[in-house]
Amino acid sequence: MNAIASASARGLPATPTTRSARSPTQLALQRFLRHRLALVGMLVIVLIAAVSILAPLIAPADPLKVDLAFFRKPPGVGHPLGTDSAGRDVLSRLLFAGQVSLTVGLVAALVSTSIGLLLGSIAGTYGGWVDSVIMRATDVVLSFPVLVVILTVVALIGPSMQTIILGIGLFYWPTACRIVRGLALSLREQDFFLAARALGATQAQVIVRHLVPSVLSPLTVTATFAVAQAILLEAALSFLGLGVRPPQPSWGNMLNEAQSLTILESMPWLWLPPGLAIAITVLAINFIGDGLRDALDPRQRV
Amino acid sequence: MYRWLIRRLLISVPVLLGITVLSFIFVRLAPGDPVRMMINPEYLAGGADEYVAQRRAELGLDKPLPVQYVAWLGEVARGNLGYSFFDRRPVGDILKERVWPTVELMGSALLLALIVGVPIGLLAAIRQYSVLDYTSAVLSLATISTPSFFLGLAAIYVFSLKLNLLPTSGMFSAGAPRSFGDDLQHLVLPAAILGLNLSGPFVRYARSSLLEVIRQDYLTTARAKGLPGRLVVVRHAFPNALIPLITVVGIQVPALFAGAVVVEQIFSWPGMGQMALASITQRDYPLLTGFILIVAVLVLLSNLLADIAYAVVDPRIRLQ
Repeated sequence: MNAIASASARGLPATPTTRSARSPTQLALQRFLRHRLALVGMLVIVLIAAVSILAPLIAPADPLKVDLAFFRKPPGVGHPLGTDSAGRDVLSRLLFAGQVSLTVGLVAALVSTSIGLLLGSIAGTYGGWVDSVIMRATDVVLSFPVLVVILTVVALIGPSMQTIILGIGLFYWPTACRIVRGLALSLREQDFFLAARALGATQAQVIVRHLVPSVLSPLTVTATFAVAQAILLEAALSFLGLGVRPPQPSWGNMLNEAQSLTILESMPWLWLPPGLAIAITVLAINFIGDGLRDALDPRQRV
Repeated sequence: MYRWLIRRLLISVPVLLGITVLSFIFVRLAPGDPVRMMINPEYLAGGADEYVAQRRAELGLDKPLPVQYVAWLGEVARGNLGYSFFDRRPVGDILKERVWPTVELMGSALLLALIVGVPIGLLAAIRQYSVLDYTSAVLSLATISTPSFFLGLAAIYVFSLKLNLLPTSGMFSAGAPRSFGDDLQHLVLPAAILGLNLSGPFVRYARSSLLEVIRQDYLTTARAKGLPGRLVVVRHAFPNALIPLITVVGIQVPALFAGAVVVEQIFSWPGMGQMALASITQRDYPLLTGFILIVAVLVLLSNLLADIAYAVVDPRIRLQ
């Protein structure tokens, strides 16, 4: 206000100075960088991703190598976090397990968000009975708790990483779908949509050219939270023995053994590190999600 | 109101049908003969191939899939969810025994989450950007992010194994006579873990809901007419801020079921979740598919109840 006032006082046109004219992307980036917890989360995730990817290089031992001479040894020389019931190095398993968690999280979130985007944009742009059918379908899917459905799918086709990704992908899309549909319904009434339609664009063209770019920012936020959810789901399933199968390490299945009270009571090195790894990773991703939401979609603050 | 209610009920019908279709798909995908699943195993003793064939025809299982679905739906509507592969009892009877422990656990957890989460969320909104606000924001996100099984194991480690305060598992002490105190001791940890996981969303929603209400004009009016600030918030803002939480409770019910599965397993709580996990290891498909059908129907019902409660409290919904 002051800048404008002084500008017009000097006889210049009363327009905002160029310094404050930033693009929406720059503004969003600025808001994100001001979100301290999101930055910390970003740092933590980069670190966790780096050590997971570099696991083959930095792990002190082969995560699968069984050595019964080292049965449940407490942390010590050569095994900084001790060994498990098969004499395998806990730290190495922890690092390799990070690959599993991050892969499941990213791929499952990508699959479910894509399905949500597709169905949501169809429902929102076509409307009518198509919309009704898709919305009732989301109601049906939302009635089944994701964990419970995946338990069933696992019981039918057997546990594996692929099963989990498929299960989360096929049953976690309603959130994204509802958001995209809601936005599509409001965008449909806006002038640039009408203009596109008037120029003879097909529904598909409108969706790809105009709808998708408009919903991308809120969808990024949903996808980020979906990554956190997927990591938690994989951990829970593997913990229950219905996810990633041993000997392949996953943070969840490393905790599986801690259901025995002996291990729980006297061998905290077997369950504390993987549990903390899950909590820290998911918390960091949720912080990033919060930061992205505040940056990209300031109206939707929770 | 009645017109709204009828419309809301009508929307539930296709959803309920969808739920049964999906459940039927699971039943059909399950390995094993669906006819044998639906027959009382007592009749199957001594090779009753003829009887199986007869029942197959009766149940319409030699017909195309849509016909089969209708026949299956008829059996389910009559309360026949099939017979357990494992202990050969009707699935409905087993579920009836298991449903109450789960409801007790979920109900106490929900209550706890509301009692803890909502006041913190409201307080955080009143003192926006205070230390309390930031602390509650970080802590609520932390409870959402920490897996319940890890929290549960840590709680058993601290409260049962180290401090020896609470039992590690079960719903009551075996051998001892049932007493309220004993039951409560067994309930505390599982309900607290499940409730803690759930309180995070309530903190966040209560906070944002109150912040939204506080900005509205009628509150400025209340302040302008000279009402003290505290009274404005308590008497005018709280009621409207709390209404949307009814929907949040409805939304959280599926998460509550999923959480119960994990928590029941850790604490050996004899509910539906523990039963479902056992049915997977025992390959007891009739029991498992019966479980997911019941869970989905219960979720649908609780969402319906939440919507109706919302419409009763907030007349704006009914007029839409």
